[in-house]
Amino acid sequence: MTELILSRLQFAAVSSYHFLFVPLTLGLSVLVAMMETWYVRTGNEAYKKMTKFWGKLFLINFAMGVVTGLVQEFLFGMNWSEYSRFVGDIFGAPLAVEALVAFFIESTFLGLWVFGWDKLPQKVHALSIWLVAIASNVSALWILIANSFMQEPVGYVLRNGRAEMTDFWALITNPHVYYQFPHAVLSGFVTAAFFVMGISAYHMLKKNHLDVFRRSFHMAVIFGLISAVGVAGVGHLQAMHLVQTQPMKMSAAEAHWETENPAGLLLYASIDQQGHKNNAELKIPGLLSFLSYNRFTGEVKGINELQASAVEKFGPGNYIPPVTSLFWSFRIMLIAGLWLVLIPLLGLYFYKKRSLDKKSWFLKVLLWTIPVPYIANTAGWFMAEVGRQPWIVYGLQKSEAGLSTSVSATSILITLVGFTLIYGILAVADVYLLLKFIKRGPEDTNTEETLKSGIKGASLWT
Amino acid sequence: MDLNILWFILITVLFVGFFFLEGFDFGVGILLPFLGKNDLERRVIINTIGPVWDGNEVWMITAGGAMFAAFPNWYATLFSGFYLALFLVLFALIIRGVAFEFRSSDSSPRWRATGDWMIFTGSFLSAILWGVAMTNIVKGVPIDAHMQYVGTFFTLLNPYAIVGGLTTLLVFMLHGALYLNLKTTGEMADRASKIAKKIALVGILVVLLFAGLTYFQTDLFTNLGAGITLLAAGVALVLTNVLIRSHKGGWAFVTNSVTILLFTGALFWGLFPRVIISSLNPEWSLTIYNASSSPYTLKIMTIIALTMVPIILLYQGWTYWVFRKRVTERDLRY
Repeated sequence: MTELILSRLQFAAVSSYHFLFVPLTLGLSVLVAMMETWYVRTGNEAYKKMTKFWGKLFLINFAMGVVTGLVQEFLFGMNWSEYSRFVGDIFGAPLAVEALVAFFIESTFLGLWVFGWDKLPQKVHALSIWLVAIASNVSALWILIANSFMQEPVGYVLRNGRAEMTDFWALITNPHVYYQFPHAVLSGFVTAAFFVMGISAYHMLKKNHLDVFRRSFHMAVIFGLISAVGVAGVGHLQAMHLVQTQPMKMSAAEAHWETENPAGLLLYASIDQQGHKNNAELKIPGLLSFLSYNRFTGEVKGINELQASAVEKFGPGNYIPPVTSLFWSFRIMLIAGLWLVLIPLLGLYFYKKRSLDKKSWFLKVLLWTIPVPYIANTAGWFMAEVGRQPWIVYGLQKSEAGLSTSVSATSILITLVGFTLIYGILAVADVYLLLKFIKRGPEDTNTEETLKSGIKGASLWT
Repeated sequence: MDLNILWFILITVLFVGFFFLEGFDFGVGILLPFLGKNDLERRVIINTIGPVWDGNEVWMITAGGAMFAAFPNWYATLFSGFYLALFLVLFALIIRGVAFEFRSSDSSPRWRATGDWMIFTGSFLSAILWGVAMTNIVKGVPIDAHMQYVGTFFTLLNPYAIVGGLTTLLVFMLHGALYLNLKTTGEMADRASKIAKKIALVGILVVLLFAGLTYFQTDLFTNLGAGITLLAAGVALVLTNVLIRSHKGGWAFVTNSVTILLFTGALFWGLFPRVIISSLNPEWSLTIYNASSSPYTLKIMTIIALTMVPIILLYQGWTYWVFRKRVTERDLRY
């Protein structure tokens, strides 16, 4: 039991940490690629400054994404070896494909982009960052194909004591992928858009490099608005899909204990997980039915009924994930999502009215909104993964059965502490560098000067 | 030839590619403090691998993914069994990876020195640990009837495995020195060549020791082909020694690459058709059959891998062409 808790804690910690860097990579790579394309097409130096400034921030973030991503690939085998045996026939394939079709392109062309400014023709150089951007997003597709199998197993048969692949096409056309992938990728675009808007706002407040930051803002606000509306739209479709395929996850996220028709949506609930009920509720009638079926009637099964039918199907056990934390993480995500649609709408309006520079309160709001997408992303994954419990593969394998049998709680604790320490130190270094380059602004990002200054006496052995 | 054999060969190729490419990256990282006397020189050294190290590391990531996809039991047993050792590998690769990017982003001497330390430690640990891991796989580790590792972390630190770790350490250091000799100019290239001579001599002794221990500790030499391949790796190393001393640095790099190819090839060939040897009972070893995925998955993966690998080789090769020039202090810009 201790092993299960520690392993889950470890996986949650390192995955959440990894996913702080992924969304920004997904979106910022595209934005930087667009900036460089504009530069190549117009020859306007402002776009080159933009490319370099945002590109530097992209690189700092990317390095963290790479090294923390490495851990993810190892952890399945290290902590979840029985899971790896059980689904390896299916789950290993997308991971290998991810490396073959995405990681190689991503890393090789990023090297070309960073070191190739005067070795490659302009267009080839711009193409390199586009390849990085495309490969990053393709890699998200393959990892979500793998994750979707855990949420909604398809294209398999249970044979030889494990799940074996019978239909690769079914695996990659798993309906779950085509809700989760756009939702996750567009969230990444939103994260990057708000990162760019927030930092641009900071410099607009200080009246620095207005030519660079007005352009950056304009690009990001449009990119962010389209993406944020997309996230919300796809999210609604995804929720409708989950009501069909993972009803327990959705009902738990709504603290919806009893089956109702029409079902109401809770704005607030005081949840009693032990007693399988809510002690206090604030409910909008019919809205949960609407969110589930796009009409104001329709039965939404309650947790208690779903638990009973799960016992009937899978045998005795508790099939209810932690309702309180799911309920609130879902609401955090939704409220954040709403905020992330409203802010760029307002931003675009002020921009078009040419009054953005004077609205210093709004620029401050933009700056303080930078963390909001991160909170939404983390809450969203929390709901997706904790909502799957007690299953590691929905309906096929329970989390406790996926644990490594040869790894002791002590070993897991050692690595948990180890990862926490390294990641903690790296977080400090990462934030320090980001702040430094953000404050410095575009001009000096070209590191010509940094490398000539203050380098004397830097000796390794002293 | 069935697909299980093909995948065993493919994973061997991925490891050869990884050791060949990351081998010189590791070596360069280890030699960084010894060959770079000041920050400018160390920047030159780092920039010789700057554009390529990340792409090189993907060979390992792909090897891991390929093991998971083609031989899930191999992946599961190895990664859970070598738990703490792999944590150390991850630790090494993490500090090294961020240091490459972060080091140049701040000019304070302490920051840069920390970066150098991280690159050195990360490269050093990786170079040793991969040798330790490979040697243990070939030597055999306590695997029970249910494919579960029943040893501890310290089971892996046996003398033979440590000699294996020293072997990869020295071969990779030599690889790095020869690479630097090709990629730098003037005094730096001379220094690299000088240190290569020293490493190569020690390297021969350690490889001899490794081959001798392999004779007693494993059944590798019962497989004539694998035995000859391992000895040929030693011969290539002797040849490298000769070539360095006659100032043929380029050819020495080639023959040392051959050593890496043959050395890795010999270990995998000696292992075949097993993928991890059980020291408790030969029957309990994992093989390319009892550890593998279904024929269907292997078929799908074969189609994808055989399509992608040539393309990858093309664009990675092209990268080396783009950055073919030697790195000098005047090139330092990023």
